[in-house]
Amino acid sequence: MTEEILSLITKYPKELRYALAAMQDMQRQFKHVPREGIELLAQHIGCKTAQLYSMATFYKALSLDAKGKHIIKLCDGTACHIRGANQLIDGIERLLGIAPGETSQDGLFSLELVNCLGSCAIAPVMVVDETYYSKVTLEKLPEIIDAYREVTP
Amino acid sequence: MKRTLLVCCGTGCLANGSEQVVQALENAINKMGVMGQIEVKAHIKRTGCNGFCENGPIVQILPDDISYYKVKPHDAQDILSALQENKVVERLLYKNENGERIKSKLENPFYKPQYKIALRNIGEIDPGNIEDYISRGGYEALTKALNMSGSEIIEQVELSGLRGRGGAGFPTGRKWRTAAGYDVFPKYVVCNGDEGDPGAFMDRSILEGDPHSVIEGMAICALAIGATEGFLYIRDEYGLALKNVNAALASALELGFLGKNIMGSGKALNLSVVRGGGAFVCGESTALMASIEGRVGEPRAKYIRSVQRGLWDCPTVLNNVETFANIPVIIRDGGPLYATLGTKTSSGTKVFALVGKVKRTGLVEVQMGATLRHLIFDIGGGIIDDRPFKAVQTGGPSGGCIPSAMLDLPVDFDTLTQYGAMMGSGGMIVMDDRDCMVEVARYYVKFLTEESCGKCTPCREGLRHMLDILTGICEGRGQDGDLELLEQLCQTIAESSLCALGKSAPNPVLTTLKYFRDEYEAHIHNKYCPAGVCSKLTTFVIEKNKCKSCGLCKKNCPVNAIRGEKGQAYEIDQRSCIACGSCRQACRFEAILAQGRAQK
Repeated sequence: MTEEILSLITKYPKELRYALAAMQDMQRQFKHVPREGIELLAQHIGCKTAQLYSMATFYKALSLDAKGKHIIKLCDGTACHIRGANQLIDGIERLLGIAPGETSQDGLFSLELVNCLGSCAIAPVMVVDETYYSKVTLEKLPEIIDAYREVTP
Repeated sequence: MKRTLLVCCGTGCLANGSEQVVQALENAINKMGVMGQIEVKAHIKRTGCNGFCENGPIVQILPDDISYYKVKPHDAQDILSALQENKVVERLLYKNENGERIKSKLENPFYKPQYKIALRNIGEIDPGNIEDYISRGGYEALTKALNMSGSEIIEQVELSGLRGRGGAGFPTGRKWRTAAGYDVFPKYVVCNGDEGDPGAFMDRSILEGDPHSVIEGMAICALAIGATEGFLYIRDEYGLALKNVNAALASALELGFLGKNIMGSGKALNLSVVRGGGAFVCGESTALMASIEGRVGEPRAKYIRSVQRGLWDCPTVLNNVETFANIPVIIRDGGPLYATLGTKTSSGTKVFALVGKVKRTGLVEVQMGATLRHLIFDIGGGIIDDRPFKAVQTGGPSGGCIPSAMLDLPVDFDTLTQYGAMMGSGGMIVMDDRDCMVEVARYYVKFLTEESCGKCTPCREGLRHMLDILTGICEGRGQDGDLELLEQLCQTIAESSLCALGKSAPNPVLTTLKYFRDEYEAHIHNKYCPAGVCSKLTTFVIEKNKCKSCGLCKKNCPVNAIRGEKGQAYEIDQRSCIACGSCRQACRFEAILAQGRAQK
């Protein structure tokens, strides 16, 4: 992993202002910010590991624990909330046995609640990886999720 | 005749399948061309968000001025065949309340009352093609600004009366004037695209659909104050916006609108994108700057304002996306003309995101001072299924819930504030009689509890206490004295928090307490949720005489708690019912009633 991390980090100049972007890249590639990544980045920039650790725990886009292969982002913005996002949270829990912030045991899915994806006109909205699903209902939910099970070997 | 097919490819329409529609149209055009029977010189253009996302994918045909809604790939052939015969596909046109089909976008009741400045190009141009932007007068204002002094530019912005569109409403011209007055370099210009208010998406739409208008606005600002570097801080969740802005920056650089020598003037500006880290508080100016610098996004006290010492302690102008999008028009047409729009203290137009339980949802831009009634009932077409209007929530988590008695208030920076709400960034969430105001207040407090950065104790701890109390009320544990305690906490948090997040955090609770106190009391004293939302206080029953035994409720029940067969009324098994309300939502005959739970 060290090689991969280094190739991510060294794309950026050795300045603190690029730390967030570098950690976001790690998050995208490894589904979390690995400890080694924080250490190597601190060395690269020349700052304290603790400085980066405080950022990694502050920003919601970053996580220290590995996330599932597919990230389900369920919007719980106000518009989605009043159009039934709550029922979808329960629905996913029944389907996959995971609450918001958790990862399914097979490591396939992580559920994240997000505050407004700015797609309120098509609420409630769910995003799996990069794909947006509009006006999601409890009825549509199993079909959407199953499609991701199949593509995973 | 050469036709242009504009296919909306904003996030909303993409989710509804517009990419497939583009494919189908391309295939159909190729097929027709190959067969050589006809000449359809159609040219497909992918545009940004039309704002009418609920009815997407949207296809607009020029110069015929036909707008089709909810287009599916299999409609492609019909659309092109009709075009060839100069006909329209009736079934794809928008149908108004009277059942009439509307051909032109401008006649559509959703678009007709709108007055577009910030959204002027969106849905009309391909955001990936800078020539499109230029052909509609783009970068004319920048050219003009290059021949003006900084002070002259600022004067026009001052004369326009433009106020910050992010919500605070600070006069833009005054901000620029102050920053220009400091002789400290480098200076920075920053665009706040960390749109976080739930229910607001105008910034996403502008960044996706017309990124050059923001870039041009920023470039003009940089000339005015003497900045040579700038940043666009954009939420990481806005993938398409990030992609389009980055592409736009590259093409603007290529054509010399940015870079070391802007259009040969010798002036320089370097703009770059910073991806947000997913923290709501980073929409606050000082927190946002901390985040750009590569630190934890916590606000600081503003004894010294950021126009004096902002990014890396240098003078910094930070404006919202929509504010910057207005600038080119102000410079091109002059500030005084812009000032004739809107009201005396709030000039110009404002974009609102009209969402929730309203018939026509989407982005609307109107002159300031329009009434809530005009927005919700004329443009929005009223409430879905013609249910009773209960409240409209404006201004996101810093705003409040406004009841029906106040629908005739004009919406501008100052009026709603007098009533405890605010216009804010322009989110408008419409609620009907099936939305519980206590639960809405709880929702916002939960949102703010999670998003509080934790720096100030009253905000961090006070909100948590409020959440406990509100959750208790929603779950039937409310007791005497709860409301008074809530009010006390609200006052403390508002008075003793550092930034606007904490200061305005009590607004959703205070306004609902003020205008919907009876709902709180029903929850506390009668253990009853009048809206039938709080599941611990609600049971659903099917009224036998109204049930048509259609089976929709049974189909929609997630826990199979509904039994019944054709010809006789359905019944809900209360032991397995989770009171989610899916059945009531599905029922077309108002046969499902929400009742209180029998106590003890």
